[in-house]
Amino acid sequence: MRLFGHRVPLTALIGLVIIAVNLITAIGAPWIAPFDQANVVGDAWGDPTSQNLLGLDNLGRDLLSRLIYGARMSIGLAFVITCLSFALGIVTGFAAAVLRGWVDTLLSRIVDLLLSMPTLIFAFIVLSVLGTDLPVLILTIAILDSTKVFRLSRALAMNLAALEYVEVAQVRGEGLWWVIRKEILPNAAAPLIAEFGLRFSFAFLFIAALSFLGLGVQPPNADWGSMVRDYRDMINLDAMAPLYPAGAIAILTIGVNFVVDWMLSIHSHAHGDGA
Amino acid sequence: MNARQAGEHVLQVDCLRVEVRTDRGPGPVLVDNVSFALRRGEVIGLIGESGAGKSTIGLATLGYTRRGCHISGGTLDFDGRDIRQMTAAERRALRGPGVAYIAQSAAASFNPAMTLFEQVCEIPVRHGMMSVQQARTEAVRLFRELELPNPERFGERYPHQVSGGQLQRAMAAMAMAAKPDILVFDEPTTALDVTTQVEVLAAFRKLIREHRTAAIYITHDLAVVAQIADHIMVLRHGKTVEYGTAGQILQSPREEYTRRLVAERVAGHTFRDDLASAETPILEVSNVVASYHSLLRVIDGVSLDVRRGDTVAVVGESGSGKSTLARVIIGLLPRQSGDIRFRGDSLPPRLAARSRDQLRRIQMIYQMPDVALNPNQTLLEIIGRPVQFYFGRPREQVRARVLELLRMMDLPEHFIGRKPGELSGGQKQRVGIARALAAEPDLIICDEVTSALDQLVGEEILRLLKRLQDELGLAYLFITHDLGTVKRIANKVVVMLKGKLVAGGETAKVFAPPYHPYTELLLSSVPEMRSDWLDEVLSRRAQTLQAMRDAQIQLVP
Amino acid sequence: MLRLIAQRLGLGLLTLFAASVLIFAGTEILPGDLASAVLQNSATPESLAEMRKELGLDRPAAVRYVEWLGHAVEGDLGRSLASHRDVVEEITPRLKNTMFLAVYAAVVAVPLAVVLGLMAAIWQGGIYDRAVNFVTLLTISVPEYLVGYILIKYLSVRLGWFPSLANVTPDTPLLERIGLTFLPMLTLVLVVMAHMMRMTRASVLQIMASPYIEMAFLKGLPKWRVVVRHAFPNALAPIINVIALDLAYLIVGVVVVEAVFVYPGLGQLMVDAVSKHDVPLVQACGLIFAGAFILLNMTADVLAILTNPRLRHPR
Repeated sequence: MRLFGHRVPLTALIGLVIIAVNLITAIGAPWIAPFDQANVVGDAWGDPTSQNLLGLDNLGRDLLSRLIYGARMSIGLAFVITCLSFALGIVTGFAAAVLRGWVDTLLSRIVDLLLSMPTLIFAFIVLSVLGTDLPVLILTIAILDSTKVFRLSRALAMNLAALEYVEVAQVRGEGLWWVIRKEILPNAAAPLIAEFGLRFSFAFLFIAALSFLGLGVQPPNADWGSMVRDYRDMINLDAMAPLYPAGAIAILTIGVNFVVDWMLSIHSHAHGDGA
Repeated sequence: MNARQAGEHVLQVDCLRVEVRTDRGPGPVLVDNVSFALRRGEVIGLIGESGAGKSTIGLATLGYTRRGCHISGGTLDFDGRDIRQMTAAERRALRGPGVAYIAQSAAASFNPAMTLFEQVCEIPVRHGMMSVQQARTEAVRLFRELELPNPERFGERYPHQVSGGQLQRAMAAMAMAAKPDILVFDEPTTALDVTTQVEVLAAFRKLIREHRTAAIYITHDLAVVAQIADHIMVLRHGKTVEYGTAGQILQSPREEYTRRLVAERVAGHTFRDDLASAETPILEVSNVVASYHSLLRVIDGVSLDVRRGDTVAVVGESGSGKSTLARVIIGLLPRQSGDIRFRGDSLPPRLAARSRDQLRRIQMIYQMPDVALNPNQTLLEIIGRPVQFYFGRPREQVRARVLELLRMMDLPEHFIGRKPGELSGGQKQRVGIARALAAEPDLIICDEVTSALDQLVGEEILRLLKRLQDELGLAYLFITHDLGTVKRIANKVVVMLKGKLVAGGETAKVFAPPYHPYTELLLSSVPEMRSDWLDEVLSRRAQTLQAMRDAQIQLVP
Repeated sequence: MLRLIAQRLGLGLLTLFAASVLIFAGTEILPGDLASAVLQNSATPESLAEMRKELGLDRPAAVRYVEWLGHAVEGDLGRSLASHRDVVEEITPRLKNTMFLAVYAAVVAVPLAVVLGLMAAIWQGGIYDRAVNFVTLLTISVPEYLVGYILIKYLSVRLGWFPSLANVTPDTPLLERIGLTFLPMLTLVLVVMAHMMRMTRASVLQIMASPYIEMAFLKGLPKWRVVVRHAFPNALAPIINVIALDLAYLIVGVVVVEAVFVYPGLGQLMVDAVSKHDVPLVQACGLIFAGAFILLNMTADVLAILTNPRLRHPR
């Protein structure tokens, strides 16, 4: 199979299918899920039946439906965070690369400072004061994560701006916007898309970890991370319950990583033999 | 090793074939049906352009192939045994004491974490031929023989602590340490500056002659091989084009390809004597000073002028500031002082302050066509954009103009929809020229435009540039380190050394006595096809260096 | 070179200082008021004012920062708001537990990852290498809790080989401790090893592709000598760097793994403190985690300087 003129390896194909299935599930949750996520339909920890394929949860709700709705929260939240962090990181990164001077120095030092501590620990400190409302979570993770986007987009813009064909356009007298749009962005697209995937899986895992620790999404909302937390005691009874949401998290991350791996390999080839 | 008589073959290669092995069966053939024999004390030169398979042959004589390749046919008879039939242990015993290798880049081929002594003594000590102490004594002797500074202590240094020319000689010492029967030189002087090359070449020749070692000398430069080889084999696409004695190949080549190679090299020594009409100059550079980060002056008081129809060459070795001069003229690096006048008006130092017309009239062609063309654009976009940008023509006219330019470049018209990745190096460079011409400029700055290309391809590019100049009356500012090119294409020349002009004027005058000492040093360092050239240069070199000392010029800062 | 190392150490101290400012500012300057955060819904104007006074919030932030830092340097990290116990007393046993787990995991993971990564590099392109590549690409994406719960389900609940809870006390003997913490250690090892192996393999391959390695083979040296004498000293710096970075990642992994196995470590303590808005405790834990992270990064840099021949032997 080929996509955008590139051969798609098996792993990337699997990744794309995983992502598509997850997206459809997240968007179509109300139509796909057999029950509402909050409906109590039987006894707590009811066994799987033909109607409740994965059984019931700690409050007697349908586990499969919870899982499907959980996709919505987990993926939606991670997506919003990634978009925010990307917007912030790219604007500041390109600005630092283009404007240079004190703007670059200031932004770079701030980013160095934010990266001087593990992200999780920093997030803890912020959350201990601000609490764990959704907007706080989204903004905190987006800002912390944008530091990595900043570093990448700054380096990309600086490398590309030093290439001779970009220099040719500048010497021709082309405007800055034209140079960015026609000469820089088309060649930065592959690494940026790959980075989007990486950032998404980071945000996704991060918010799931926070939820698992009880510091992320709070009840009655449910995401996969908090579902693992809610069901974790069942593991001692040899039940599968906590493994479903945890497995869902792992599968989506693996899918995204497969696609990212492929995108990065395209990028490294593109400059060798010309796509 | 064995007491072999002079005249007996130490190596006999028969019908050698090396191919690439891929996942899907056999791949391209790198070396096809190559045969030669080597006697003790004899030097064979392997010559050819990139992809000719010469390095692959050199490595095959050590029983070695690069990753993914393998020797698929022929015999390599060394001292009565076929290298292909040897066991891994026998092959290891061959490498070093039997056949030793000298690589192109000494800087990359020495281990940065070990001293030179450790690396030079490794072959004799590890092959159990000498004790560490004996090997050290031998290394010091070789260092002295190769005229390395302070031979007793030289080996205690690490590779990054010595200069490129010294490191290249140290590699020869490393190869010689176990007195091998055969030395394989793989482009050993290509990475060096032209003035350093002479001394290293002389050191190699002395080494081979005094030890009567057989050698395989691989290079793309016929003039270099002329100084050192008894026999020459011309290779192309992995096949032998011609094989004969050095004299025969150089003086009476039989094959057309060899004739072209030889002719190209000889042509480098005839001057272009036409001079442009005495109009007012279109470009006047006067007393320009420029620097990065305002610390060190990279360009220090440079003046020159260019008239219509002129080709002005700017020559110098690496670090002379010649490429920086191009950036200053084009406006990418604002000058600090001095003036640049173009068609009578002073050009603003900064790019942003120049008018669109000024930008259009000065165009540039780059050294590396790979990075000078956007890999995501078609030739229509690449060449058409200046037409559209400067002249605002409608779409059909832009297309027609691009087709016209492609024809002028001798490129087929259907290339218009292709992207740079689908073209060869020479074709890409033609696209770069077409893009510059699309702006209909008065002056084109050519920055080392042939140095990334093979000899004959570069030759065609030069001829194309000359033809365009005659047809369109262009002026060129030609930045290069290759004096052969300068003599052929430039009617004027300026010589730069460490940011300053040391000489300038009509090429025929600058390159004729009385020389400036540095010009003489540069000129005398360009290898010539005569086989007595090296001896002649060496005998004159002492005088030249003395003259440079008198003029208080230092090469090394 | 000594100057470079001194510079790097100085930079480390500066970073630590900056991190302390950041930790303090994070809990002080952010728009949430500490007093109302502590009291939550039970806040009345009077109790708020009283709480502010008790916390010393009526004085300028800069003054309080200098005080806090001064005390911290002397080993006094204040009192917990929730338990009213001395923070240092509260932290010490937890820190010991976390250090034990982290060191335990590192001691197992580092040699294993380096050796397995080296093997993948030596047999590049072979079946073992491809398998390693695929498996590590999978495991690199798997969150710690999935690994942890799978291990509990199969090794603990089904087979009963190891306990699922790592409930150690300060007087648990060492051998028993090693057994109790085996599963948390294994989880951490599995999670951190994938990346370490991939990076070790990549850095060795990069070195093995360099011209001086080809030269060593052309000198007729046996493969073991090429690898040991020529490749390894040069691959050391990148490998050390990878190990240090991955150990820094281990710090974060520890927090989640402690929660999975209900292990009384610093991570658990910090998570509890965050949910209880126990600011002095959060600050103290944050300072320790940040300090460990900075220390590891600094060690990596210093070792990189020490193993670089260009810096060890200047021109």
